[in-house]
Amino acid sequence: MFVETPAVRKKLRRESLAKWVFFGMAASMIVPLLLIFGYLIERAAPSLSLSFLIDVPVNGMKDGGVWPALVGTIYLVFISLAVAAPIGILAAVYLNEYARDTWFNRIINLAVINLAGVPSIVHALFGLGAFVYAARFGFSVLAASLTLAIMTLPVIIASTREALASVPQSFREACWNVGATRWQAIKSIVLPNSISGILTGIILQVSRAAGETAPIMFTGAVFFKAVSKGDVFPYGLDDQCMALSMHLYTISTQVPGVRESIPFATAVVLLGSVLLVNAAAIALRVYLRSRKKW
Amino acid sequence: MTQDSSIVGTGTQEPGSPARDSQDRGPSSPGDAMTPAKKIEVSGLRLSYGPKEVIHGISFDIHRNEILGVIGPAQSGKTSLLRCINRTIDFSPDARVSGAIKVDGQDVRAPGSENGGFNNVFELRRKIGMVAPLPVGLPISIYDNVAFAPRCAGMSRKSELEPIVEQCLRQAALWDEVKDRLDSLGTKLSGGQQQRLTIARALSHQPEILCLDEFSIAIDPVTTMRIEDVLKELKKEMTIILVTNLVLQARRLAARTMFLWNGEIIEIDTNEVMFSDKPKDRRTYEYINGIFG
Repeated sequence: MFVETPAVRKKLRRESLAKWVFFGMAASMIVPLLLIFGYLIERAAPSLSLSFLIDVPVNGMKDGGVWPALVGTIYLVFISLAVAAPIGILAAVYLNEYARDTWFNRIINLAVINLAGVPSIVHALFGLGAFVYAARFGFSVLAASLTLAIMTLPVIIASTREALASVPQSFREACWNVGATRWQAIKSIVLPNSISGILTGIILQVSRAAGETAPIMFTGAVFFKAVSKGDVFPYGLDDQCMALSMHLYTISTQVPGVRESIPFATAVVLLGSVLLVNAAAIALRVYLRSRKKW
Repeated sequence: MTQDSSIVGTGTQEPGSPARDSQDRGPSSPGDAMTPAKKIEVSGLRLSYGPKEVIHGISFDIHRNEILGVIGPAQSGKTSLLRCINRTIDFSPDARVSGAIKVDGQDVRAPGSENGGFNNVFELRRKIGMVAPLPVGLPISIYDNVAFAPRCAGMSRKSELEPIVEQCLRQAALWDEVKDRLDSLGTKLSGGQQQRLTIARALSHQPEILCLDEFSIAIDPVTTMRIEDVLKELKKEMTIILVTNLVLQARRLAARTMFLWNGEIIEIDTNEVMFSDKPKDRRTYEYINGIFG
């Protein structure tokens, strides 16, 4: 009954061809990641150890570990997200749930989009002018974090809006129909059901904030800062700090005679911590999606 | 009541008024015409989405404690009409409404106007239970689904909420199926159950008006009949607008039926007239008997 005519065979051949082409392209994404990681680890191997993580740089940065830079990066990332996440989420809720199509809201939208397109070096100059000088924060953890926050904000807003928009409109209408205000609908239905997407979007900004060099170089990250080994709170808000991305840049280009494996080991620490955070984001998403309610 | 008598009383002076009055009521039985207290008065209602007008100035009344059937083909403005009444039309940014809709004599659109008006649109929506054609179980527990509206209105004590939840679920013919799993998710119910959950939610804020927009679209016939029985009960305390594609449903439940077509009222009259062999407009007969073309 089901005869395989030549036309059908041709169709099936094309179908499988298309599938394999798409699969090939998708699978090829693994290759650069593995190559980068393999290469880095291979070159970094002589220096990689637990003590590299918790030691301070010694001998004019030519030796020792990355502890001050690692802690500095963690400081910068968390303070910047602590500032950017609430502002970004609340702004996104306004734009997605309240804003009507008025000229003012269009300007806000335009601002968000254009802010996302500003190169990081320009953010750096803005941070220098606004936070270091105008706000008189000086070269400090605070100024650098705020600069990073400005940089991550538009992306957080965009990802949060997307998460909010994924909640079906019919849920909101059902709430409004029984006399709920917009805020009551948002609070009890929209936010609880978009929180996984919102959190994922924010956590993915960790890697971006951790990796940027330019914004912090101009606003608070320094070449070297004396920190005792394993000190968890080495910096105050108004101190300058070290950071992994900055550290990697300086020991690769500014310090002569560094052992070759040290910059690579620094890169592995940076990449490793970013991947760790991403893995946490994925785990969180899987967990929250398993509780997805429709 | 007062308005009715004033129209009748001034009839001799204003020829327009009694004419319109008789047109509105048509040849319905005198007993019906005397039924007092219009619950909803719609006059000259126009609605347009952007440049496209979808309701072209319609006027009609809905009496207290009656079931008004609303029939008509797709795109005739039935759902938009309901959205105008509970003002969820406000959420369509390009919608423009003119004319007046009065609930209990108060204009729904003119806050603080001379007639009072509903200063608080949420108060208006709490007066109106709305059931949309597609079932929406909110992604919270069944209990919370029904308790949502009372909670929005500020109720929080369990002793207050529990009786409401049970009563509404019973009225929606859902209680027996879900009473043992009130804390499972509303979205995990079947389509028909979710639709009944939607009805329970619409009843949960004890509305005075119940708007049913194709409520039986996702429900099996047996359950539909059970809900129809409930509606006949509810009629004692509520005014019900029944938008339906099932002409026979309007015939079974409603006292009067309105035929809406392309944003205009073709005919509104008692069911005896509408479903007789000769309603006033031939198109009514054709639509009801399925020879509309």
